[in-house]
Amino acid sequence: MTEHAILDPATARHIPTRHVWRGVIAVVLLLALLWFVQGLAFNQALDWTTVWKYFLDYDVLAGLGRTVLITAISIVVAVVVGGLLATMRLAESRVLNALSWVYVWFFRSVPLLVLLVLTFNLSLLWPHVSLGIPFGGPTFFSIPTQKLIDPLAAAIVTFSLQQAAYTSEVLRASILSVPLGQREAAYALGMTRARTMMRVVFPQAFRVALPPIANDAINLLKSTSLVAFIAVPDLMYSVQQIYSSNFRVVPLLIVATLWYMIVVSVLSAGQYVVERKLRNAPSRTRQGASA
Amino acid sequence: MSAFLEITEVGKRFNGTTVLDDVNLTVDKGETVVLLGPSGAGKSTLLRCVNMLERIDGGRIVLDGEELGWRESNGVMRELSGRAEARQRQEIGMVFQSFNLFAHMTVLQNVVEAPVGVLRRPKREVIEEAHELLKQVGLDHKADAYPAQLSGGQQQRVAIARSLAMHPKLMLFDEPTSALDPELVSEVLDAIKHLAVTGITMLVVTHEIGFAREVSDRFVFMENGRVVETGLSRRLTVEGAENARTRDFLSKVL
Repeated sequence: MTEHAILDPATARHIPTRHVWRGVIAVVLLLALLWFVQGLAFNQALDWTTVWKYFLDYDVLAGLGRTVLITAISIVVAVVVGGLLATMRLAESRVLNALSWVYVWFFRSVPLLVLLVLTFNLSLLWPHVSLGIPFGGPTFFSIPTQKLIDPLAAAIVTFSLQQAAYTSEVLRASILSVPLGQREAAYALGMTRARTMMRVVFPQAFRVALPPIANDAINLLKSTSLVAFIAVPDLMYSVQQIYSSNFRVVPLLIVATLWYMIVVSVLSAGQYVVERKLRNAPSRTRQGASA
Repeated sequence: MSAFLEITEVGKRFNGTTVLDDVNLTVDKGETVVLLGPSGAGKSTLLRCVNMLERIDGGRIVLDGEELGWRESNGVMRELSGRAEARQRQEIGMVFQSFNLFAHMTVLQNVVEAPVGVLRRPKREVIEEAHELLKQVGLDHKADAYPAQLSGGQQQRVAIARSLAMHPKLMLFDEPTSALDPELVSEVLDAIKHLAVTGITMLVVTHEIGFAREVSDRFVFMENGRVVETGLSRRLTVEGAENARTRDFLSKVL
């Protein structure tokens, strides 16, 4: 009683609320995770010896190389073509706007797998690729489509063109996110439209576009496993080839999964580093001045 | 004898609404002219037309003998190409209400960008001059800061330095203090005041009547897209103004 009476709230010890349930839930989840990992690690069916045996197998690594190649080229082409499409969409020309819109509509509507197989079988639609004057003019040369499009080329073309449609929307939104005042200030300083885009709009839009583009790159990396349908020996296809002869399905799927996880980790880390760099952009002018 | 800046019968409509209606206005070399008037009077639009950020629907704007935005060819007026327009803008500085510093560049980069990139002047020389300009607006110690790290008043002073780095013939100020906290207004007005005495030609949209009376040579009062009254700035008092509408406006803001 008396103790209570002399308690001074200003100097008394303060005890924050204990969140008991948070602790309980965390422990339960961690235990569940541990149990799952343990179940995986000691599962005989997983056969880790086979996993490690094929982890650095030549065919697997060659497949991984193709997977990374297809992804890398497709993302670069997608950013360039997507940039063009976004610029067309934002241009003051109804025709350019419409063409860009139709492109995006088409490539977003067609399922990736359909597009892939269709591109691979392009020779059924157009047996010959020729250079000449269209609408009945003379032809300078012509080669069979079949020779031009091998499975790898078909894969790269498909992923590039489809990804460009998605990337163009990301870029369009990020360009629109740069305030109009930035552009007006650049014009007022006598910059041309092209210079304004290159020096003022794109650098700022890029910061906004980076996370979704990295997201798309990661998504694309795994989507490339679809190329197995047209027999491009990528990571997934190589692994399939191996397990269809030795029947060790699960260990080889684990091999593929581990590699996909590694590449995705590298991409995520790269994204993190670039984002940090952009946030604390160093003063280029000062470096230039002292150099 | 023609004036340095001649705005003749300029008209501008947005979706059928007349924003500028037959505006006539001249500014002599070295003169500071303020544009006053209630919001919606067309002051900012007029300024933006001078800088070709808006295309005029009629009339003409001539700066130092050069038609802005158009050229005469075989008896018709042809709109200038984007490149030619950009070249004309190099000689007109503009300071915006919302500063519009390039957010991804430091203060120094903001000032250096156009003289180096547009005028192709040597970088070393421009950087030196940029530091000089930043000193003039009292911000050289912030040269390596980013705009987001500065107060509004500081950003606006950098924006002034950035415009001056192009050595413009004419400076346009579009409500340069309207977006500022009251206590930051004076530092920007002081910077503009210093400019006025250097003999640069300025056209300023402002609501700061005291500043206008002190710094400018002449005032132009606009309402509903028309020039209502022009006069010497020392007449900017309720008693001094001639037009009843100007007097009414001044009595409310003074």
